[in-house]
Amino acid sequence: MSAQKNKFDLPRQLFYVLIVRPVLMILLGLSARHLERLTVKPRHAIAANHNSHLDALVLMSLIKFRDIPKVKLVAAKDYFCRTPLRTWISTNLIGVIPIERSPKEGEDVLEPVKKAIEDGYTIVIFPEGTRGEPEKRQPLKYGIAKLVQEMLDITVTPVFMHGLGKSLPRGEALLVPFVCRVNVGEEIGWGGDRTAFIALLEKSLSELEKELDPKEWS
Amino acid sequence: MLSVLFANPVYLSIAGVFGVLIVASVIVRIMRRNDTEGHYRELDARVKSWWFMIVIFSLAIVTSPVVSVIFFAFLSFLALKEYFSIIPLRKADRRALFWAYLAIPVQYYFVANGLYGLFIVFIPVWVFFLLPFRLIVAGQTDGFLNSVAKISWGLMIAVFAVSHAAMLMQYSKALQGHVGLIMFLAVLNQGNDVAQYVWGKLFGKTKIVPEVSPKKTWEGFMGGVMTTVVIAGLIYPLLTPFTFQFALLTGVLIAVTGFIGDVTFSALKRDLKIKDSGNLIPGHGGILDRIDSLSLTAPLFFHCVRYFYFVG
Repeated sequence: MSAQKNKFDLPRQLFYVLIVRPVLMILLGLSARHLERLTVKPRHAIAANHNSHLDALVLMSLIKFRDIPKVKLVAAKDYFCRTPLRTWISTNLIGVIPIERSPKEGEDVLEPVKKAIEDGYTIVIFPEGTRGEPEKRQPLKYGIAKLVQEMLDITVTPVFMHGLGKSLPRGEALLVPFVCRVNVGEEIGWGGDRTAFIALLEKSLSELEKELDPKEWS
Repeated sequence: MLSVLFANPVYLSIAGVFGVLIVASVIVRIMRRNDTEGHYRELDARVKSWWFMIVIFSLAIVTSPVVSVIFFAFLSFLALKEYFSIIPLRKADRRALFWAYLAIPVQYYFVANGLYGLFIVFIPVWVFFLLPFRLIVAGQTDGFLNSVAKISWGLMIAVFAVSHAAMLMQYSKALQGHVGLIMFLAVLNQGNDVAQYVWGKLFGKTKIVPEVSPKKTWEGFMGGVMTTVVIAGLIYPLLTPFTFQFALLTGVLIAVTGFIGDVTFSALKRDLKIKDSGNLIPGHGGILDRIDSLSLTAPLFFHCVRYFYFVG
């Protein structure tokens, strides 16, 4: 269904507003800068750094109630669709577009993402592709550049997040509360070629990180 | 309507606080009328946040003793979380931090049940000596002392100190509902912060500790002490069993320790090279920025009152 017609998606909206947002607010506490830059519109993507499974939920809980039905998250199929129950929660409540991390020959993993963009959704992507070492930014993958190249007119809002990699890093099941800090950057567009685009995104994320000046593990 | 106010002195003092807040809001509104360059925008945000905080605080203390304890426990949780988020720690400390958080429900269980003997030793004795063992189990000795010191200090100020404000309930019981002394402490402590700020803004010249907090002046400090003592002299018959002299003495104690608590946190923030501890409260900063003075004042006021008034 096209995102423009998709004005309501009550299960998802209530899931975020009544469950995810309050739990995250009480347990972690979200502190966001430049939140007004986080826009939801057709042919638009939000690109964030990736530290924790909670990243997706935190980003979504920053989206306004009425915009929630217009946003989808790109996430790894092997994690988010491991069991039928998880698949159901991922697609119906979280709003995940599952993609293959190890595709077969000739398969275009970005196909479902492109379709969502064509349908007018704003998509959330984690261009590092992996959570990696907590709170250490990984080199950006070219998948996002490819996506933007093929759809030259899409715009991208970079988002830097910190704290989640301390609260729930890879390989840890125990959540330890730390304040989660988010910094939203200025929208960027296609810089001419893939390398230029990746460089632009890297630069923006680095500046957002510098502005927050997060405390790393010593 | 009026008879409800006079039936409980705590209600009357809450009404008084709202009266002051209304006057402050009107003054700020007038100041902002000619303020085209936005000099008072932060002041405006600050007063708006005061409305929010005072409404929540009032509801928390008048509803029931259990709600009051939960409120202070939650305040401790927010403060501890903010503290752990601004100080550099080691990855190996994660599990110990989790245990440190668990000290909060235990400490407030003792508060809720009036178990003074456990309340007073749980964090300084049991947690202080046992929590480092969790760090030892984690196996990283580099920076061990550093982490033990940081975690212990955080627990003392965010949990042990704040829980003293809630523990005042045990000594107010027979008097005015359960919160007379809490209200007395809160009004004087927060009022002292505001008074020192206002006197400092109006007449501040001579800096006390310019390296730590350039805005703290002798004029602001003395004005704050005087204001706090006057308020103590006015409200003590409503909220406390104190004599007039003792009420004035607690006024001085609250004002002086409030100042010390304030600059202690300024030193901490300078050390960490940050301006505010967070941005949870618009115009004020984080929770720690708001309760910095309380974390020093609450235990000292508590023990002064307990020693001279209830135990002897």
